[in-house]
Amino acid sequence: MSDTTTTTTERAPTVYVPSAEALATVLAPGSRPPRPSALSASLTFGWRAMLKIKHVPEQLFDVTAFPIIMVLMFTYLFGGALAGSPREYLQFFLPGIMVTSVVMITMYTGIGLNTDIEKGIFDRFRTLPVWRPAALVGMIFGDVLRYILAAVVILGLGLVLGFRPEGGVAGAVVGIGLLVVFSFAFSWVWTFFGLILRSEKSVMGVSMMVLFPLTFLSNVFVEPSTMPGWLQAFVKVNPVTQLVAAIRGAMSGESDPSATMWLLLWSAGFVLVFGTLTMYRYNRR
Amino acid sequence: MSRRTTGLAIEAEGLTRSFGDTRALAGIDLQVPAGTVYGLLGPNGAGKTTAVRVLATLLRPDGGSARVFGHDVVTEADKVRSRVSLTGQYASVDEDLTGTENLVLLARLLGLRKPAARERAAALLAAFGLTEASDRQVKKYSGGMRRRIDIAASILNTPDLLFLDEPTTGLDPRSRNQVWEIVRAVVSHGTTVLLTTQYLDEADQLAGRIAVVDHGRVIAEGTPGELKSSIGSGTVHLRLRDPAQRPEAERVLREALDVPVQLAADPVALTARVGDAGTDLDASAQAARVLSDLARAGIVVDNFSLGQPSLDEVFLALTDHPAVPTDERDDELEAAR
Repeated sequence: MSDTTTTTTERAPTVYVPSAEALATVLAPGSRPPRPSALSASLTFGWRAMLKIKHVPEQLFDVTAFPIIMVLMFTYLFGGALAGSPREYLQFFLPGIMVTSVVMITMYTGIGLNTDIEKGIFDRFRTLPVWRPAALVGMIFGDVLRYILAAVVILGLGLVLGFRPEGGVAGAVVGIGLLVVFSFAFSWVWTFFGLILRSEKSVMGVSMMVLFPLTFLSNVFVEPSTMPGWLQAFVKVNPVTQLVAAIRGAMSGESDPSATMWLLLWSAGFVLVFGTLTMYRYNRR
Repeated sequence: MSRRTTGLAIEAEGLTRSFGDTRALAGIDLQVPAGTVYGLLGPNGAGKTTAVRVLATLLRPDGGSARVFGHDVVTEADKVRSRVSLTGQYASVDEDLTGTENLVLLARLLGLRKPAARERAAALLAAFGLTEASDRQVKKYSGGMRRRIDIAASILNTPDLLFLDEPTTGLDPRSRNQVWEIVRAVVSHGTTVLLTTQYLDEADQLAGRIAVVDHGRVIAEGTPGELKSSIGSGTVHLRLRDPAQRPEAERVLREALDVPVQLAADPVALTARVGDAGTDLDASAQAARVLSDLARAGIVVDNFSLGQPSLDEVFLALTDHPAVPTDERDDELEAAR
């Protein structure tokens, strides 16, 4: 999530004089409300993410302008050479670039978390008697909305440029749904790095190092059959490949059960491994 | 119903914590009586913030143990969290959100439903003089308003124990007084306050007991009165017109006060402690005597002041070394990652 410059404007307000009576009314011990449920706490943290978007709308730039640039750039760069025309290429390419853009955007989860910790606000959250993962789950809930927005922007642009999914509306919805499931799971990789790395910059650096090979060494841009064997081996196990295959299947109306299964297994694995590592680090600090 | 609890709010024994090679806590012992303000006094880097973070369950100690209202801060962290609040030295509210949004968010996390959360937020903003600023983003608040919203956020559920980590550092004197008034009000309602500060006068104003912390240890503990009587309750600072008269002035001071006199780098300045335990005169009477003795000896004084000992002087008295500030949090962040 992006950050704006901090300015302090000192107005000349009427001088505040703390009054014992006024303070007494708010200090009187009331009954403690019951602890909120895990879901309610997570949704409240999700609401915080919404409020941040409201106040800093520039942070939506990366889920709107960036995907648009990606789609236009690669469609017209490769389309003619790879598929005869950009329009032809788009039928193959759109689900792939959608995955690439959204998976790349997941790294902002780590950057946002790192910034929050640096500023100190997480100290407050961590002293609250709520379900421990709520702050992180809520943060990712907010990010999931951003992923959906990015996916819809890309799909919309694709439709304008001539992308015609055979699977119709249902196929498109399932495709975006699979993408959101995977991105939610994959975000936990970045919460972990956001916790262990020293600065926003190093989170960004590590993210790029992981994301570039993961998205490019896949079936996003071309069919893997032209690649050398060792590369095909990597492409085959790459979760992004499975994700793209599953989404292509859903959008073209011929679902790919094997790819879908692998994608869901990968997602469960990411949550299990990196969710656990994240919470371990979160509690240990 | 009174929540005033008897006994100890905090008991810590031999707390240690290191960050890499930096030993932030070198065995801290603390006993904080419930219902009081307890001051942790020390320079930057003394270990105050680390101690607060351990006691607030944010950081695990390497060794030793600590209980808050009888609950272990490591094994019963959740029970501790339900009774404490922390106002940290750094942002403890979200700067991008407005005052109202911050308080409603935290109130919801404490379990209030939305209407109740809004009501509570509005009441707190009013009591803290922030109603007018309630719809402004916190990053546009002044320093004093920032501290007030931080504290308001900490008492959404009136906590049994409130940690205030350097609540007045960087504030102007008026905002400082406002924070002091708020702290007094909070403690008068039965909340125990653990306050860290670099300022002796702040600890003196607010705290019932003070622990002086240096290099991760408590080097002195007691009521402000006890501490002062052990280190002298005041200091006289003198500036002479003629530097040649300084040796003579030093002799006069030593005879009048019977304490060591410090010669500052400035060739016309002298400093001495007054009001030490064991003298029969109080600080101001001693100061008066110094002035008249100097006048009788024909020494011209350009500037004379009597003040509380500064933290530096307290440290000199207690440790024989001046307070050396280091940035504790930076060390901590460096080493913790």
